[in-house]
Amino acid sequence: MIEAVFFYVFATVLVLSAIGVITARNPVHSVLFLILAFFNAAGLFVMLGAEFIAMIMVIVYVGAVAVLFLFVVMMLDINFAELRKGMMKHAPVGALVGFALLAEFTWMFKSWSPSSAALNGVAQPIPDQAAISNTHALGEILYTQYVYLFQISGLILLVAMVGAITLTLRRRPDSRRQSVAGQISRRPEDVLKVEKITSGTGVF
Amino acid sequence: MDSITFDTAFWLDIFNTYLWPLLLIVGKILLLVVPLIVAMAYLTYAERKVLAAMQLRQGPMMVGPFGLLQPLADGLKLLGKETIIPSGANRFVFVMAPMLTFMLSLVAWAVIPVSDGWVIANINVGVLYLFAISSLGVYGILMAGWASNSRYAFLGGLRSAAQMVSYEVSIGLVLVTVLLTTGSLNLTTIVTQERPIWVDVLLFPMFVVFVISALAETNRAPFDLPEGESELVGGYNVEYSSMTFALFFLGEYMNMILMAAMTTVLFLGGWLPPFGIAALSVVPGFVWFAAKISFVLFVFLWTRATLPRYRYDQLMRLGWKIFLPFTLLWVVVTAGVLLYNHALPGMSAAM
Repeated sequence: MIEAVFFYVFATVLVLSAIGVITARNPVHSVLFLILAFFNAAGLFVMLGAEFIAMIMVIVYVGAVAVLFLFVVMMLDINFAELRKGMMKHAPVGALVGFALLAEFTWMFKSWSPSSAALNGVAQPIPDQAAISNTHALGEILYTQYVYLFQISGLILLVAMVGAITLTLRRRPDSRRQSVAGQISRRPEDVLKVEKITSGTGVF
Repeated sequence: MDSITFDTAFWLDIFNTYLWPLLLIVGKILLLVVPLIVAMAYLTYAERKVLAAMQLRQGPMMVGPFGLLQPLADGLKLLGKETIIPSGANRFVFVMAPMLTFMLSLVAWAVIPVSDGWVIANINVGVLYLFAISSLGVYGILMAGWASNSRYAFLGGLRSAAQMVSYEVSIGLVLVTVLLTTGSLNLTTIVTQERPIWVDVLLFPMFVVFVISALAETNRAPFDLPEGESELVGGYNVEYSSMTFALFFLGEYMNMILMAAMTTVLFLGGWLPPFGIAALSVVPGFVWFAAKISFVLFVFLWTRATLPRYRYDQLMRLGWKIFLPFTLLWVVVTAGVLLYNHALPGMSAAM
């Protein structure tokens, strides 16, 4: 019973906050709703016994992705009235695209079933949870059966990261950087000159 | 009319399956949270006393014997002040932010093993849970900075958020090295896992990195730019007053205790007596746990009294250009050494 109560609480809040994401007038509120949605999804994962995925969900989506969202959205300077102006003009196009997508999905899922080859390729299901924690189970599958795919996806992410950096990195000739090595190797005798001055004479 | 029969068996069943566990959990939570809040209050006192002693001053002396009632007086004073919500502030988010900060600092304690078996939720992914909760701390700050509707608070919020995000990366990699030696994400297992001495030596650099990152993560000196009083206006909390300010303040101290507890659990052996001296185990485990936390906290205060504040670009440089490559390298080194010595967890079983 208690599980059912928790499930409905998580599910309701999840759906409501997902609606909040697209209806909130303020984009910052949208992101905060999104975070709430992630949290409730994590709660549902915990209820499924997938505690590792739940934690990764919180760490990756809430702890990293949504922080970046929030950073960007907070710094945006948007005129919301301006944005909302074209709403009625663009609504038919949006509705058309949405309808087309819906039709495609319905069509696809009605006739969709995994091929026998795909079914054979599925790794053995996760063993009994009492015998092995799901972190171990995931690790054993990821690093044995799917190790190449796992490594390749890691490489793709790395390439994307390097790409993003190279695209945005620019050398600015006017920025003044700290040269730590230069500071440390600086010696008093290089920059200081001690003069003995007798009274009545100047330095120069 | 039927008499309303009081079905004893049914209610007993309800009580046994739902109410009693609930009461038990609430009791455990109170047992943990009340001492924690007292500890937090006296951490502020300890900070002032330790700083005072290091600067040849007396520190708080007036309220109560040795000024022991000072935290209480401070709390009452803060409660008595007016809560000011700036005009143009986003009310809900503005009030939510300090509450979130305080809540998060308490929630993390659910998985910390205080003594053998003394833990509210002994979950399999304890380390990940701690990491997840501590990575959420940044929201309180961002929300506070944004909702205040003030340039200073906003810039302060961005500054602290960038700082916390940067040091989280190295904390994550430090956690990975610890996991490599223990092979479990469960905090109780991490404490009880026997580590040979050379593994401890291998982990020592990570311990240093972790403590420094913890200082940065909790916005403590020498990384206290979020509230660098002397050269920057406050920070994200510049518009906050009274209890809302107090919640930020308390959340920060609670986070310090939490980080000290994490250091204790991951590196200092939790509730076990120091250096594995069996004779010392007559002292109950939670005393050792508290003593180790106090030691780490003393180091925090000591650092504040000793080191000057970092400049912002130096802070970023330390986080990204020194700690990140170093921890990444050390993960590989640790894994390699463990593999070479057949000491990876579960390895001897496989061999």
